[in-house]
Amino acid sequence: MRAPLSWLREYVDLPAGETGRDVQAKLIAAGLEVERVEQLGGGLKGPLVVGKVLTIEELEGFRKPIRFCTVDVGTANGTGEPQEIVCGARNFSVGDKVVVVLPGAVLPGDFAIAARKTYGKVSHGMICSGEELGMGDDGTHGIIVLPQEYEPGTDAIELLQLVDEVLDIAVTPDRGYCLSMRGIAREAAIAYGLPLRDPALLDVPAPNAQGYPVQIGDPAGCSRFTARTVTGIDTEARSPIWLQRRLQKAGMRPVSLTVDITNYVMLELGQPLHAYDRSRLDGPIGVRRAEPGEKLTTLDGTTRVLDAEDLVITDNRGPIGLAGVMGGADTEIADHGAAQGSTEVVVEAAHFDPVPIARSARRHKLTSEASKRFERGVDPQAASAAAQRTVDLLVLLAGGTAEAGVTEISAPGAPHTLTIRADHPDRVAGVAYGRETVVRRLQEVGCDVYGQDELIVTVPSWRPDLTDPNDLAEEVIRLEGYENLPATLPQPPAGRGLTVRQRLHRRVGRALAGAGYVEALNYPFFGEQALDHLGLEADDPRRSVVRLANPLSDTEPALRTTMLPGLFAALRRNHGRGEHDLALFETGLVFLPTGKETTPARLPIDRRPTDEEIASLNAALPRQPRRAAVVLAGAREQAGWWGKGRPADWADAVEAGRTVAREAGAELIVRQDQAAPFHPGRCAALFVRVDGQEVRVGGAGELHPRVVKAFGLPERTCAMEIELDLLERAGTVVEAPHVSSFPVATQDVALVVDSSVAAADVEAALRAGAGELLESLRLFDVFTGEQLGEGKKSLAYALRFRAADRTLTADEASAARDAAVAAAVERTGAVLRGA
Amino acid sequence: MSAPNKSYDPVEVEALKPEEIERMRDEALAAFAAAGDLEALHEAKIAHTGPTSPLSLANREIGALPPQAKAEAGKRVGMARGAVSKALAVRQTELEAERDARVLVEEAVDVTLPYDRVPAGARHPLTTLSERIEDVFVAMGYEVAEGPEVEAEWFNFDALNIAKDHPARAMQDTLFVQAPDKRAESEVVLRTHTSPVQVRTMLDREPPIYVICPGRVYRMDELDATHTPVFTQVELLAIDEGLTMADLKGTIEHMVGALFGEGLTTRLRPNYFPFTEPSAELDMQCYVCRGASAGDPERPCRTCSSEGWIELGGCGMVNPRVLIAAGIDPEKYSGFAFGFGIERLLMFRHNVEDMRDMVEGDVRFTRPFGMEI
Repeated sequence: MRAPLSWLREYVDLPAGETGRDVQAKLIAAGLEVERVEQLGGGLKGPLVVGKVLTIEELEGFRKPIRFCTVDVGTANGTGEPQEIVCGARNFSVGDKVVVVLPGAVLPGDFAIAARKTYGKVSHGMICSGEELGMGDDGTHGIIVLPQEYEPGTDAIELLQLVDEVLDIAVTPDRGYCLSMRGIAREAAIAYGLPLRDPALLDVPAPNAQGYPVQIGDPAGCSRFTARTVTGIDTEARSPIWLQRRLQKAGMRPVSLTVDITNYVMLELGQPLHAYDRSRLDGPIGVRRAEPGEKLTTLDGTTRVLDAEDLVITDNRGPIGLAGVMGGADTEIADHGAAQGSTEVVVEAAHFDPVPIARSARRHKLTSEASKRFERGVDPQAASAAAQRTVDLLVLLAGGTAEAGVTEISAPGAPHTLTIRADHPDRVAGVAYGRETVVRRLQEVGCDVYGQDELIVTVPSWRPDLTDPNDLAEEVIRLEGYENLPATLPQPPAGRGLTVRQRLHRRVGRALAGAGYVEALNYPFFGEQALDHLGLEADDPRRSVVRLANPLSDTEPALRTTMLPGLFAALRRNHGRGEHDLALFETGLVFLPTGKETTPARLPIDRRPTDEEIASLNAALPRQPRRAAVVLAGAREQAGWWGKGRPADWADAVEAGRTVAREAGAELIVRQDQAAPFHPGRCAALFVRVDGQEVRVGGAGELHPRVVKAFGLPERTCAMEIELDLLERAGTVVEAPHVSSFPVATQDVALVVDSSVAAADVEAALRAGAGELLESLRLFDVFTGEQLGEGKKSLAYALRFRAADRTLTADEASAARDAAVAAAVERTGAVLRGA
Repeated sequence: MSAPNKSYDPVEVEALKPEEIERMRDEALAAFAAAGDLEALHEAKIAHTGPTSPLSLANREIGALPPQAKAEAGKRVGMARGAVSKALAVRQTELEAERDARVLVEEAVDVTLPYDRVPAGARHPLTTLSERIEDVFVAMGYEVAEGPEVEAEWFNFDALNIAKDHPARAMQDTLFVQAPDKRAESEVVLRTHTSPVQVRTMLDREPPIYVICPGRVYRMDELDATHTPVFTQVELLAIDEGLTMADLKGTIEHMVGALFGEGLTTRLRPNYFPFTEPSAELDMQCYVCRGASAGDPERPCRTCSSEGWIELGGCGMVNPRVLIAAGIDPEKYSGFAFGFGIERLLMFRHNVEDMRDMVEGDVRFTRPFGMEI
């Protein structure tokens, strides 16, 4: 809502020197979001005067038609001689009154005017358009042609009210009444402690049976309907300058006198109005829900198929308007000045239920000044005053005659009353306002207040938002000033700190960052293409996705079931920007349909849902476990003065899995695997033990070359993905090891096995065979070569033996080693090398 | 030194003559002094103190002397040997020090050589900033609560007093999950705020409740310099007996002090949210210009656009209707809540000019933020 300060002053006697910014500060403190104060005519300097066009000479030979004019500007030019001006506009004739800016003047935008040579003539000033004067675009791009009544030489700055300040206010949904000058003036009056001249306090004639017939078929949707008729409207009459200017300043474009008046009264009182050309109405006006499939062409020229929920205005022919949203083209007021101009007008001031209006506006994607107001709640008591104000202006400005008939249908509705404790606002704010202040503030916003400790509060008709005790508390607290609230610090009970899950999440992030990975937070959306690029089989569970009904992008309509495509995109982006040695990680949720999702019942909110009801809500949701994933490409270690670099490879990816598992206190079990999207020979499945059971928690390895190609990744890109929520369950509490101070006995063994034997299996066998004297075991070399024979590899291990209570003898250590080797021989077919 | 007593000893041994001993000693001292390195010294050591050195040989001769001459000769030789071994030790120390100094100089390196063998990783500043805020509150006794991102509408809207016809529930604002039957409404959305976590917490726990709810949220929006459809929120919820707006204000001021330094004022402006009543917009004094840029064209402030204030987020007293839906007695308990977007906080706390930088995962943006913020 744009509120011109000059207009606001009509209802409140604000102090004379008060600027727009002063008023802005006061209104912000009272809770109106005044986003900015627009300075109209800022920097504007005259002379800017009314001129009368005396002669027009059409200049030939230019690319566009140009006029050389002489204009009578009275004595404004100091000489009284006609002013010679070149003008490119054509929408005026000799004798017209126009607005002339003379040399020495400055127009908005620091546009200094001087006599200058143009099109072979000297132009001593300019004939002005509305745009040039900062009045807003009137759509014609022509110059302003004024009514004849103004004398040449009259100051146009004042005449056109060019200097003003406009408060631009973002009205919150609860403050519908502030979509009117009346409402803003009320807030300003309270903020300044000044009286309000309420423009809705008008004498209104009593309803009678002679008014235009109206039939309300849906009293719930339309609780009030006032219809008034004005005849004998002068179709030549135009909106006076003051009216046009107020509309323009409020952000509306003047259209025609009747329409301008209805818009003006809406801006003034907040009541949307509609004017019908009576000659185009066929029978009584009705209000009902639309029949499914009924059609209506609205004023914007769009033909709309109506829904059974749409509230419509009808006459005998059917719908003639979408109630509270937009009128129909059939009964539109014809332009003034047109041969068929409307001379008889039926004015509608109705009150509609916010819900159907909001739904219709949304359904038809049609937001109007009227629907905006009805959605937020219009003062039902203002309807007849608004109708009266419209009639008055039509009589005054359009020369019309008000018919005596007054139709007024209103469903009886009691004013809303609620009871609060007098100290309720105090208890909400933490401030002792006292009963007197509470009562005074509630009265200021328009409430009737009775009672002592218990206050019985009747809220004003324009505040349908005041329904609960806390609403009233807010009124008191905001008017007393949020800025005056004290600051106190409550004492929460002692907390337990972060949960295991939360700490794990943090530790994983730190560990991966510590290992050189950079976190990327990717959108969790993907599409069919990513699933195909990953090379997933048709029955791969990752293809079972949660889909969005209205995705941001049609190509990514689903929620991720794997973290990898998002990381791939980030990797590719970095690569494209010239970073080639990359290690990225992300932690976040994946969304895994259970396949058993149900649509939850609509639960009430006037009580706690039962545990069963809560369970039914949760049953509607997919599983959403948290995962960690990495992707890496290029060099893992840079080459430099210290020596060679090392490319990132599958082992880094698997190690990232171990890093994450270590943070969870879980031992990662790595197994050879063949699964998309990985290279079939360089793919690890990651497991942990949860409650004695091995559970798969993720995968790692080098990506399949086809996947690399499909996603446009650097060659040999590697990746890892692991589920943190499962790891958390695998975590064990560390038991402190017994640290023996007896000497260590080291034994190295080299075992030859088939290439297909997993090192992990050899290691497991060695450990099992070595027994409890084994302190540690480390694979320090893997060797393949001709001397081993085709399909063989040699694994060299360093075994460290130590006893807790004695120095081991050489025989003891050798026996333990032999037992370890024997186990490996038995389980893996290993042959001791050099034996 | 006194002259030898020739009359005293009939058996003269040439090697034990005092002048001979002195010569041997002086030769040894001269050899040590002349040794330029430890090797030369070692040779001199063998020559002058070894078993075949003149002094050692002389020492051996002592035994052949008559008893009365032994003592004097022994003393003479002993003193000479003592002087030699002392000189040797001194020279040894000198030469070792010289060698050490030389070797350490030779081993010197250029310690300014860069070392980026494995470039440092980093956590995303949105993550670390969220955690920073969590930690402020955890230190006060609050706990961190989490919830699903795909959420039932009842938790995301209804329970928060956002009625079915509220504009926020329109397709242009909220991302809806498709129902298995595509024509039906699933009643499931991508959560538009972390407030459903508050509802879940209230259903799970008995008051007093003091929790902070960080997380990702989703709104229908175009990604541009100041908007992203997927963003991060941190919300706070406190439910206890007798909580007031003054408590809300004090809590906010504490947080602003912890994040931006003490002494910054905060400002509440009345606003409207369905889930709080009274509701307020929450501003903090600009931590850069401390309000001095407002109305002073001479001192423009980039951080607050010369407003003097920075909009942090929304807050208010939990609407009693929300308490009822969550099974909490509004007669007994009251509560406050506030929430704000971490992206915006990051923008003005660290002068991030384009929100897309937080979304794209460019390592050049994230790396400088390191592990903590």
